[in-house]
Amino acid sequence: MSEPAVEFIGVSKSFVGRDGRRQVILDRVDFSIPPGQTTVIAGGSGQGKSVTLKLILRLLDADAGQILVGGVDITGIRGGRLEEVRTKFGVLFQGAALFDSMTVFDNVALPLRERTDKTEEQIRQQVLATLQTLDLSGHEEKFPAQLSGGMQKRVGLARALQLDPEIMLFDEPTTGLDPVMTREIYELFARTQRKLGYTAIIVSHDIPAVFSLADQVIILHDGKMDAFASPDELQWSTKPHIKDFVRTTMGELYQSQLVE
Amino acid sequence: MNTKMVEMTVGAFMVAGFLALVYLAFNLGEVGLFDRGRTYEIQAEFDNVSGVKKGATVQVAGVIVGEVSGIRLNDDQLAELTLKLDRTLKVPTDSIASVKSQGIIGDKFIQITLGGALDHFEERDVIFDTESAIDIESLISKFAFGSAQ
Amino acid sequence: MTDIAGKNALASLGGTGMYILADLGKMSLFLLQALRGLFRRPFRFRECVKQVHFIGAGSVLVIFFTALSTGMVLGLQGYYSLNKFGAEGMLGSAVSLTLIMELGPVLTALMVAGRAGSAMCAEIGIMRISDQIDALECMAVDPFRFFISPKFVAAIISVPLLTALFDVIGIAGGYISGVLLMGVNPGSFIEGMQQSVTNHDINLGIIKSFVFAVLVVWICTGRGYLVREIRGAGFGAESVSRVTTQAVVMASISVLIFDYLLTAIIL
Repeated sequence: MSEPAVEFIGVSKSFVGRDGRRQVILDRVDFSIPPGQTTVIAGGSGQGKSVTLKLILRLLDADAGQILVGGVDITGIRGGRLEEVRTKFGVLFQGAALFDSMTVFDNVALPLRERTDKTEEQIRQQVLATLQTLDLSGHEEKFPAQLSGGMQKRVGLARALQLDPEIMLFDEPTTGLDPVMTREIYELFARTQRKLGYTAIIVSHDIPAVFSLADQVIILHDGKMDAFASPDELQWSTKPHIKDFVRTTMGELYQSQLVE
Repeated sequence: MNTKMVEMTVGAFMVAGFLALVYLAFNLGEVGLFDRGRTYEIQAEFDNVSGVKKGATVQVAGVIVGEVSGIRLNDDQLAELTLKLDRTLKVPTDSIASVKSQGIIGDKFIQITLGGALDHFEERDVIFDTESAIDIESLISKFAFGSAQ
Repeated sequence: MTDIAGKNALASLGGTGMYILADLGKMSLFLLQALRGLFRRPFRFRECVKQVHFIGAGSVLVIFFTALSTGMVLGLQGYYSLNKFGAEGMLGSAVSLTLIMELGPVLTALMVAGRAGSAMCAEIGIMRISDQIDALECMAVDPFRFFISPKFVAAIISVPLLTALFDVIGIAGGYISGVLLMGVNPGSFIEGMQQSVTNHDINLGIIKSFVFAVLVVWICTGRGYLVREIRGAGFGAESVSRVTTQAVVMASISVLIFDYLLTAIIL
C-alpha cells in the first residue's frame, strides 16, 4: 500500500475546561488515512472530531505524539514549511467560513490571488469555471449572507478546490441542511472527488448520510478510536460502545435493512 | 460605495487632517521653518532670573521683539538667558536688559531699554548691563517690617 | 471546613491571577504578530485605504460635533472662571492648551474606540467564531498581514489626523462661544493662544494620539481575535457582544491611564 495521506501516531490532546478541570479529548490515538479514498471520522458530540480536524491542519498543537502528512511530521514545523503543508489541504468548514465582506467571486478567487502568480484574467476564468461546475453561475456578485446554506457550502467547496488540494477536509458538511440538500451535497462531493482524485476526510456525526461515500470509518469514543475498513464492518462490530453508537445514530431500522 | 468614492473620501480626510496639523504646527507652535534667518540670538547675564520661563517675551518699549530661548547657569555662576530677537532690531551696545513682570503676579518678561551707542550687539554677544528680577517677598518684608535684613 | 473554603478561595485567586497573566501574554503575542504582519509582503494597500476610510473619514462627523461642543463649553466655562480675575485675555491660551494637550487626544481616542473600535472587535470576533480566521490560515494566508495589520496602519494614520481636526474645530468652538457670544477681544484670544502654545505642547498631543491609536486598535482587534479564549465570554453571538463591550471599556480605561502616565512623564 502507498504512503498514508495522514497518519496519527500516539497523539494525545487535552484541554483545561472553563470549569478548570482537565478534559482528555484524544488519548494516544493512532490511525492512518489511505490516499485517494474517503475516510469518515465519526463520534458523538464532544468526542474530539473537530479537534482531530484542527490537529491535522495544525490549528491546534498536539500534547504528545506525531502527526504525519504525506510522510512529513507536522508537529513542530512553522513558518514557510507549515504554509507549504497547509497548501496541500482544502477545507470546507462547518459554517462554510466564507468571508462576509467579500462577494462570492472574491471569496473563491482569494486563494488564487494570495497564493499564485496568476493574472486577474486567468483567475477570473478559473473561478467562473469552478462556479459553473458547482451550479453557482450568476451568483458571483452576491454576498454570502444572500445565499442559502447549501449554496454557501458549495461556494466553500469551490474556494477549497482552487489550489488543487491533495487532501480535502469536510467539517460537518451537512449541518443545517435539509435531507434533500444533504444528499445533493454528498453526491457533489463524490463527483468532484472522482474527477479530482483527492483524499477526502469527512468529519460527521451524521452517519447514514455519509455511509454510501465512506471507504473507511473511524469512530472516536472517550479519547480512543476504532477504525473500520468499511461501513459494513462497523455494522457488525461486537464492541458494546460501537453497537450503542450504531443503534443511536442509525436506528434499528438501518440494521434490519442490512440484514435483508 | 464604490472604490472611487472611498478613495476620494479618504483623500479628503487626509488633506483635512494634514491641514489641521499644519495649522497647529505653524500657526500655534513656533516651528522655526518660517523664521529661520529672520532672527538672531544674543546672551544676557543676570544675577537673578527667578520667575522667567523659556518662551517669555522680550519687549522694547512694550513691543514684543523676541523671546527667551534658553536659560542656564554660566561658568561665573550667573544666570545667562539666550534672547532670540527679530533681525531687524539693532540693539546698541549700551542697552540695558531687565526682568520685569506683567502686574504684580503676572508673567515675567525681559525688557530691553535701548541705548544710544553707535555699535550694535552681534550674534552671540553678551549683555552685561542688566537688572535682575525684583524679589517681591523681600520688598514686602522691607515695607512691612521696615528692615531689609 | 473553613480551611477547605480558604484553600478553594486561594486556589481560585491563584487561578484568576494565572488567567490574567496568560491573557496579558496572549495580548502581547498578538501585538507582536500584528507588528510582524506590517512587514510581510505583499502589503495590502487597498485594505489600508478601506480601513482609513472607515476609522478616519467615517469618524469625522462624530469628531466634528464632539470637538465643537467641547470647545464651546470650554470657552464658556473658561470665560466664567477667568472673568472673576479679570483675566479673559487668557481664554485663548486656556482653551487651546486644554484641547491640544488633553481633551483633543483623549476624546478623539474615546470616540474612535466607541465607534470604530467596537466595530473592529465585533468583526474580528465574528470572523473567529465562524472559522473565517481558521480558513485563512488553512489557505496559508497570514490573517495578520491580510486584515489585522492594515487596521493598525489605518488607526495610526487616522487617529493623529482626527486629533488635529479635533483641536482645530475645538479651538474654533472656543472662539465662537468666548469671542462671538461672550465678547472676549478676538485679538487677545488669538494672540494669547499663539503666545502660550509651544511646540512642546503640540508634540505632547501628537505623541499621545499615536499611543492612544495603538492602544485602541490593539485592544479592540486583540479581544476580538481571542474571543474564544476569554473567560466568562460564553459562546457564539453572545460571546462576541460581551467581548466587544469589554474591549471598548478596556480600551477607554487604558487611554485614560496612559493619558495620565504620558502627561506625568513628558510634561
